Amino acid sequence: MAYLFEMYSLSASYGANLVLQDVNFRVNENDFIGIIGPNGGGKTTLLRVILGLMKPVTGKMVFNSDLLNGNSIGYLPQMSTGDINYPVTVTDIILSGLMIGKGIISRMSASDKKKADTVIDELGLSGMSKSTLNELSGGQMQRVFLARAIIGNPRLLLLDEPGNFVDTTFENDFYEKLKELNKRMAILMVSHDVGTISSHIKSFACVNRSLHYHPSPEITNEDLLAYGCPIQLVTHGDVPHTVLKYHQ
Amino acid sequence: METSIFQYGFIIKGLLGAIFASITAGLAGTYVVSKRMVFLSGGITHASFGGIGIGYFIGINPIVGAAVFGILSALGVEYLSVKQRIREDSAIGILWAFGMAIGIIFIYLTPGYTPNLMSYLFGSILTVSRVDIIALGIMSAILILYFGIFYRTILYISFDEVFARTYSSYVDVFKYITTSLIALTIVLNIRMAGVVLVISLLTIPPNIAMLFTRVYFKIVIWSVLAGFVGTATGYAISYYAGIPVGATIIFTLVILWVMVKGITQLILKISKKRTLAT
Repeated sequence: MAYLFEMYSLSASYGANLVLQDVNFRVNENDFIGIIGPNGGGKTTLLRVILGLMKPVTGKMVFNSDLLNGNSIGYLPQMSTGDINYPVTVTDIILSGLMIGKGIISRMSASDKKKADTVIDELGLSGMSKSTLNELSGGQMQRVFLARAIIGNPRLLLLDEPGNFVDTTFENDFYEKLKELNKRMAILMVSHDVGTISSHIKSFACVNRSLHYHPSPEITNEDLLAYGCPIQLVTHGDVPHTVLKYHQ
Repeated sequence: METSIFQYGFIIKGLLGAIFASITAGLAGTYVVSKRMVFLSGGITHASFGGIGIGYFIGINPIVGAAVFGILSALGVEYLSVKQRIREDSAIGILWAFGMAIGIIFIYLTPGYTPNLMSYLFGSILTVSRVDIIALGIMSAILILYFGIFYRTILYISFDEVFARTYSSYVDVFKYITTSLIALTIVLNIRMAGVVLVISLLTIPPNIAMLFTRVYFKIVIWSVLAGFVGTATGYAISYYAGIPVGATIIFTLVILWVMVKGITQLILKISKKRTLAT
């Protein structure tokens, strides 16, 4: 299977604080990888390096230029980045996903607007195209940002904690949608909700400064310990429950 | 009273001043209000008073001094907030008072009487010169071109900077340029509304527009119109009543805001009743 990008002994840091160390990681076409790990472990940093927002201090990152360049990565950031009270319509937000590859003097063509309409329909946002974010529910907002990420039909989709704002009614639709998108794009999904995502992804990468790739969607506590990847387990079920450690 | 020719020139000056002030304030104000930069803009305005004082002291046009101070403080705050080494609101607060202090120190050190101090604090029609009007006219043209050409780029950077950085390496360049243009807009409007009140000239019109539209482009258009009604009426009242023009403009704009607020509430109530009735 053709690779999209490969990282070779890559390290990244914020000043003196080394966040990623000696990471070797390869992402192929049609991968669906859940990226798990503790807070501050470097999950978001990994995405930032892939997006070119952060330069690695050592090691290198190689893109398969036949399939992937800067123009073909879709990105769904953590919700907090856009101001929900900003006076900008849903259509205009989604169109900003097409700014990649356009210059600074950007006009949106009729075909761009058609693309926006298509993705609005596809994600069930019809009738909200002229709304602003503060008129939408959390799940609807998340769909707007997903629409922005996929409008350019990228080869690689990066999702940073998409579960945070998805309402339960939309949750199943959301993962169904991702499954469908996965047929035409590889997906990397950062999450700390291992329980929920394990039934949707194909493999795991555990990031806690170092990166351990786990080639199946099932992951056990022993695996996590072996990877040095302590995470909080979140599960969903009919009855709310808490999992405690074994008695000594 | 003055001769009719003087009055005619006065009306033209007032009208052009009102048009250019509302265009510049509408464009810059919509950006400031949308991006929640009102406090920053207030800081820039008051910091620029330091430039006015130094301008007096060394005998150059005070507005030139104000422009230098305004732009430098705007870039300084923007730079500090990017580096995140200092709390932005504290930095602005310090800058705000420091600029005023420098301004007052230098005005008092300037030998002789300084009659125009009030006009810089509260605005005055009499001191608005031809040069001021021309400068505001050029500023209007620059802002229309800048926002017209780079509309989407500016809009998207100010809405979601983090996302914009994923596709553009010009995010900081645009932020610095836009902030500088806003500082310059504020400084040039000081003659119209005065240091103390100019920030309201930028913030009230977009807030009037936002009572009935949430689309950025439409907010700009309606802000310019609301700004024109406010400045033209304020100018006229100021002329006939002899009150500082900044005060009459802001007073008119607030009355306009209250009226529009009342009307939109009324329409909302009626349409609610209708939907309940049907």
